[in-house]
Amino acid sequence: MIPALEHIPSGCAAAGIMNKSGIRISGDAIMDMMSVMHSRSNGLGGGFAAYGIYPETPDNYCLHIMFDTESAKREVDSLIEENFIVERQEKIPTKIIKEIKDPPLLWRYFVLPKPEKLVAKNMHADDFVVKLVMLINTRIPGSYVNSSGKNMGVFKGVGYPEDIGRFFMLEKYGAYIWTAHGRFPTNTPGWWAGAHPFSILDWTVVHNGEISSYGINKRFLETYGYECVLLTDTEVIAYTFDLLVRKHGLPLDIACNVVASKFWKDIELMPEEEKKLHTALRMTYGNLLLNGPFAIIVATNNYMMGLNDRIKLRPLVYGKKGEFSYLASEESSIRKVESNLDDVYSLVAGKPLKVEVSKDVCA
Amino acid sequence: MSVLDKLLPEFFVKIDRDLCIKCGQCVNNCGFSALLQDKDKNVKPIHEKCVACQRCMFVCPTKAIQIMKFPGTQKHNDYWNPEYINNIKKQANTGGILLTAAGTDKPYPIIFDRLFLDACQVTNPSIDPLREPMEIISYLGEKPSDIAIEFKDNNYILKNKLKPNIKLSSPIIFAAMSYGAISLNAHKSLVRAARECGILMNTGEGGLHKDLYEYADNIIVQVASGRFGVDSDYLKRAAAIEIKVGQGAKPGIGGHLPGYKVDDEVSSTRMIPKGTDALSPAPHHDIYSIEDLAQLIASLKEATDYSKPIGVKIAAVHNVAAIASGVARADADYIVIDGFRGGTGAAPTMIRDHIGIPIELAIAAVDDRLRKEKIRNKVSIVAAGGIRHAADMAKILTLGADFVTIGTASLIAMGCTLCQKCYTGNCSWGIATQRPDLVDRLDPEEVSKKLVNLVRGWSLELKEIMGALGINAIESLIGNRERLRALELSKETLDVLGVKPAGR
Repeated sequence: MIPALEHIPSGCAAAGIMNKSGIRISGDAIMDMMSVMHSRSNGLGGGFAAYGIYPETPDNYCLHIMFDTESAKREVDSLIEENFIVERQEKIPTKIIKEIKDPPLLWRYFVLPKPEKLVAKNMHADDFVVKLVMLINTRIPGSYVNSSGKNMGVFKGVGYPEDIGRFFMLEKYGAYIWTAHGRFPTNTPGWWAGAHPFSILDWTVVHNGEISSYGINKRFLETYGYECVLLTDTEVIAYTFDLLVRKHGLPLDIACNVVASKFWKDIELMPEEEKKLHTALRMTYGNLLLNGPFAIIVATNNYMMGLNDRIKLRPLVYGKKGEFSYLASEESSIRKVESNLDDVYSLVAGKPLKVEVSKDVCA
Repeated sequence: MSVLDKLLPEFFVKIDRDLCIKCGQCVNNCGFSALLQDKDKNVKPIHEKCVACQRCMFVCPTKAIQIMKFPGTQKHNDYWNPEYINNIKKQANTGGILLTAAGTDKPYPIIFDRLFLDACQVTNPSIDPLREPMEIISYLGEKPSDIAIEFKDNNYILKNKLKPNIKLSSPIIFAAMSYGAISLNAHKSLVRAARECGILMNTGEGGLHKDLYEYADNIIVQVASGRFGVDSDYLKRAAAIEIKVGQGAKPGIGGHLPGYKVDDEVSSTRMIPKGTDALSPAPHHDIYSIEDLAQLIASLKEATDYSKPIGVKIAAVHNVAAIASGVARADADYIVIDGFRGGTGAAPTMIRDHIGIPIELAIAAVDDRLRKEKIRNKVSIVAAGGIRHAADMAKILTLGADFVTIGTASLIAMGCTLCQKCYTGNCSWGIATQRPDLVDRLDPEEVSKKLVNLVRGWSLELKEIMGALGINAIESLIGNRERLRALELSKETLDVLGVKPAGR
């Protein structure tokens, strides 16, 4: 049985680095940050998201896909060929190291949806990609799309994060946003697709915590066409931001007021217009409230955001030095790569902290 | 009277002569005239008339009265039990339909008792409701499927125009029980408690007595097949309007309030002549299909300027999910699903005990169906019928209901002992009766406090359960079946419930 058939609660370490000007740095720093928090993980999952790593093909969707078997890959290949123009495809480069055992097949495809397919389905390219990702994840056993955004990618697997980073040779990539995660799942053998980050299009989420509302978050998202197959609570966070921000066009801070909604007692005290808005948000998206402890780092091509649950049951620290912004589960992790910080503080419960790339690097 | 006409009594009233002080309170309190005093003030029971409502036992200052099952036994038979034998004899005597009241008392499997809630340990912390906010506010009515926002003058402005919704402080509604079936004092108790708790009471189909007009914000008025008491003022004196199509205790059956319960006040409230039977037809004669229901919903919305939610109450029958989907698409704002354990003031026994399906399955099926069809936001789901305590409430919310109604539980808080004789009009507790001597003993001041306490107690318990689940808002509990497990239910039942077996 695939361990992912059961919902997996988890502990964890999370970290992120962003350069405001879009200057790309190697994966060494983020791996350093994670190594300090080694004991927050248990070796059953680690992963990284990197933005700006494919500047030579910035307009192509890059599908990072894991395959358990060659036959799964053949099935996915034909599905991709049918629906996409494939600019390039290749094995994701890895290095054999003793800490990483039994990896799946790891491939990446640089693609664009075939225009005639979009016309036939009357869909936007983004929606088309989401649909294909859902299709691969749900219909082709043993294949999992780890990321599907432009000029970005997710690298993850079973192992400690710093080992996963070495395995994927992240020191050779340059990115202006890096996020990372080390897992401490409590009741499962390791499973490659179950590691963080979770991603759809260019959204990535790393998450420390356990979403007690997972069951209803998942059912709510299903009514909007998202199929949660990876059965890890973090998956619903990625889809939630995609739904609220990309599909429904809500500002990010409003989306944060959905996943960490205001308390009714505070809504009561708001001015009339604001009260109306927050009441409507809770009435409409109440099922998307992420209830239970979480510290998350959400990233897209042009920003990185940290958010805690509304009663702050998990740590998350922000640090700043010049053009670099840092987020991490522990301050020590930030200090490891930048001891002389301009600013450092803990995030407030339920209040998002967003740092933006100043120029639109991904445009 | 031939011996063939005779039935053995169901109960046996035993008076302890040593303890009895001949005060006569038991005699005065018995609504069924089952106790008399002889010229020496000795209490004489008439066993055949006793219904075990226990009023006498509660009032007796010396506890001199015991009511027990009639000890005269019949040959034991697990199949032909005494109730069935007695019923056959009754029908052989009269050729009539067997009548009963309250929810079914038969030993059907109870799914609630096979369901278990989760709790947090280590990996996520439980939350202490005494120290942290614990939110159980819910809104009754249609919700938008998405929110549109405009950024103006440095502020976010909501662009959606919301449909009417009612805010409830707790996900509890006092179930529909009509004036006529129950007393005015019972209605007053319910409506006062509803106001104090920030929740709703439902008038049932018997119209709205003028003494309740001032409580409009806490009242759901019903429009049922008899249209009793319905005029445009009636519709306006309520927070919500509910079209009653069916009732869990008697799906497919109308209502019958006997003429002897129709006194002056009931007559004027229901707008029918005094002393006449109030008959609700089995169907609404203007609703023979779903499009007719849509028209009635539209008419009621038009009549009330689209200012309040319009609900539809249906019984949980085999095809309940498809019916509920039709009702949602007919533009109802909420749907009450009344399970087969739902109560009644009067129903044919065969109907009550053999028609319908359990509420747990009905709610799971309806919630699933509406989600599959992407119309779950169009209606609130209200679960009715047999909610016994806060854990039942938590479980049915977890299966997918937004609210519960409590009828039987609220009656018990008012004194009811479930003797199931509401249809006789002799309720010794002053609830299901219009006899002034009996109604007078129910003091709305006192009884509304009991109801407030009940709602408060259940709300606190719900918060405790949510705290254990590590959840601090009711939106995260409703439909969160991941936090339920089942013991010894069939695979098919688990499949309908969408719940995993305990241990998985």
